[in-house]
Amino acid sequence: VSTVVAIVLLLAVATYAVFGGADFGAGFWDLTAGGAERGARPRGLIERSIGPVWEANHVWLIFVFVVTWSAFPEAFASITLTMFIPLTIAALGIVLRGASFAFRKTVITVRFRRVFGGAFALSSVLVPFCFGAIAGGIASGHVPAGGEVGDPVDSWLNPTSLSTGVLAVVLAAYLAAVYLVWDARRAGDTVQAAYFRRRAVVSAIVAGAVAVVGFVVLRTEAQHVADGLTSRALPLVVVCVVSGIGALVLLVRDAARGARVLAVLAVGCVIGSWGVAQWPYLLPVSLTVADAAAPSGTLTALLVAVGLAVLVVVPGFVLLYVLDQRQLLPEEGVEDAADAITFDG
Amino acid sequence: VIETVVAAVNPVPWARSQMAFTLACHIILVPLGVSWAFMTLVANYKAVRHGDRSALLLAQRWSKYMAVTFAVGAVTGTVLSFEFGLLWPHFMGTWGDAFGVPFAFEGIFFFTEAIFVAIYIFGWRRLKPWPHFWTGVPIVIAGIFGTISVVAANAWMNSPQGFTLNSAGEVVDVDPLSVIFNDAMPWQAAHMLVAAYLVGGFLIASVYAVGMLRGRVDRYHRLGFAIAFTVAAVATPIQMGVGDGLARWVFSNQPTKFAAIELVPATGSDVPERLLGTLNDNGTVTGGIPIPGLASWLSDPSTGKATVIKGLDAVPADTRPTVAETNIVHLAWDIMVGLGTLLFLLSVWYGVSWLARRRLPTGRWFLRVAACAGVLAVVAMEAGWVVTEVGRQPWIVYNLMKVEAAATGNTGVWITFVAVFVLYAALAVTTILVLRSMSRRFRRAGGFAEQDTPYGPPAEPAETVEAGP
Repeated sequence: VSTVVAIVLLLAVATYAVFGGADFGAGFWDLTAGGAERGARPRGLIERSIGPVWEANHVWLIFVFVVTWSAFPEAFASITLTMFIPLTIAALGIVLRGASFAFRKTVITVRFRRVFGGAFALSSVLVPFCFGAIAGGIASGHVPAGGEVGDPVDSWLNPTSLSTGVLAVVLAAYLAAVYLVWDARRAGDTVQAAYFRRRAVVSAIVAGAVAVVGFVVLRTEAQHVADGLTSRALPLVVVCVVSGIGALVLLVRDAARGARVLAVLAVGCVIGSWGVAQWPYLLPVSLTVADAAAPSGTLTALLVAVGLAVLVVVPGFVLLYVLDQRQLLPEEGVEDAADAITFDG
Repeated sequence: VIETVVAAVNPVPWARSQMAFTLACHIILVPLGVSWAFMTLVANYKAVRHGDRSALLLAQRWSKYMAVTFAVGAVTGTVLSFEFGLLWPHFMGTWGDAFGVPFAFEGIFFFTEAIFVAIYIFGWRRLKPWPHFWTGVPIVIAGIFGTISVVAANAWMNSPQGFTLNSAGEVVDVDPLSVIFNDAMPWQAAHMLVAAYLVGGFLIASVYAVGMLRGRVDRYHRLGFAIAFTVAAVATPIQMGVGDGLARWVFSNQPTKFAAIELVPATGSDVPERLLGTLNDNGTVTGGIPIPGLASWLSDPSTGKATVIKGLDAVPADTRPTVAETNIVHLAWDIMVGLGTLLFLLSVWYGVSWLARRRLPTGRWFLRVAACAGVLAVVAMEAGWVVTEVGRQPWIVYNLMKVEAAATGNTGVWITFVAVFVLYAALAVTTILVLRSMSRRFRRAGGFAEQDTPYGPPAEPAETVEAGP
């Protein structure tokens, strides 16, 4: 049963990366879009694109937390004790990001838009870096088992953490760019489509380079995971590389469809291969999934909850995305007379 | 370097302060998340069923405000799930397999809520009226069950059950159903759920009461006031009954908390109900207004004044709230009950006026009190939460784990507390400013834009709207 729960956890992390990660990546492009004039159009597209979905995407993170603390409580304690600093930064970043995104839409003066926009964009980069750094710290064995405290700084500022942190930021940006190409095309905005296509191509290449560097680092810092990537997880790594290259080719050739699916597959496989490479450890190489697991009653309850989620949440989530993709969720509320006035320009 | 600077700072009081502060902030947004959608749907229903344009405008604007408060509530709620681990790692490490279970279900409901909030808020323009209305209904349902799930976890801390411990004190077996449906859950969940409707109702009604006091007595404001206030006025008497039931549950199952609530230092019968007053370090109680025998009588009317109430001295000093904590609990209790009674009287005033004259009471004094009711309801809710949390001290898991044993050993917590405090203060100020500026903008605008067609065909490109003066 613990294996099933571990798979669920890994899937949830991958889903969060694929959906929530893209929201963070959109923040990265928001940050780099340039001044208020020049960046207005890409920022508008970003806002419309993630507006209806970011809160729902965000719940995947909560789901990851809940599964971890219920199914693997002792490991959760170890992680939170050791990773106190990056988790705190991530928490504060999430507050800053969500709130400023919501606020930015409601304020209309350029000055305040800039303040909230800056807070939104900057924290969008910080949060995925922290999550990546935490994953890297876990993979390289910096989190001790048994609810113990690891080194508060080295555990997330080591070579593995730095490379996975950067990888997380780049992958998020890559996914976001790919999605935004799609959203721009759908809105008939060829200029923005080209704009984000260039960025998708560049970030794909950067992501590939960072991944290679990361693998080299892993071989010296996290032997078990590096070995796993070339054995247990090799099929997933192959799928990842193939779909990544496929997406890149489609992007370069400006193909009408396919790039998005392949990009999702590639990023999902990055997460998946990491999880499989760690197997059978939850905290390499001191705590296995089986040893870390909670009593069977808890695991069963979690699986019931997952079943319920499949019945209740997934249809809702699909409905949200279908409505969004059909452009039935264009804007908050209706056009109000209030929207037309007090534009300070 | 960092470690040497912060080495001397004990993390426990800072961890407690940070948890208390972030929860105190989040709990204000909870009623809005849970009950505002219901009120919006009432307005939405009126609008679609009866073609009421004021109701339509109200529903649409409420959903825009909701987008802001829901976002802030979502992020402040996320912080809490980080804090479980960051501040209380040993609590989660030891009890996560039991305590964590209700959150798995809460997650589902929160997920549902987030999905349908998005669909509802963003669906005004392009969805058809009735399907759009129905996309709001899951928000209400998910809000109800989400509240119940979260409170089930808190209730479990008061009534820990559904697990087996081995000789080393580790959880070896979990019965998730008795974790979720623990003995404290029904009363506590009902109390918080009704509170969400009560506080949400008074809070929103108070905004429209202020508007009417400033002379904006139009149909739009009257409707906004009436919908919200009616919800609150229905919830208030229910809350008194539920609160009474919960108090009696505490009397039977958490006698030490009850002793702190009623300020009872020594076990005895014929205990007075003391309004205000303080417990002194030497164990005597001074000040306040004692009502003879009432505490005993209320605790169990069947035995009346002869009902024995266990005092604080029934348990060793290190397993009960300190004198200062006891005084906080008692004062918070008095505030909650006092304000609750006041709000009950206000609701009666409203109800009588409604029944007798078939219209809203619009007297200035009624509106003045109603304008304060929102803040008072929030204060009452915060006080009630202080009663349940401080009254459980020094335990985090009642009679099983103390707060000190649960806390992180990380000595940098005071820094995160300062950071969180600054961030939340900025967040609170900005949230209020943003809501106010929205309201001011709506007010200046009056009604709909000329070109506006709610529930109409696909809107024209929005660029035309953005050409301002």
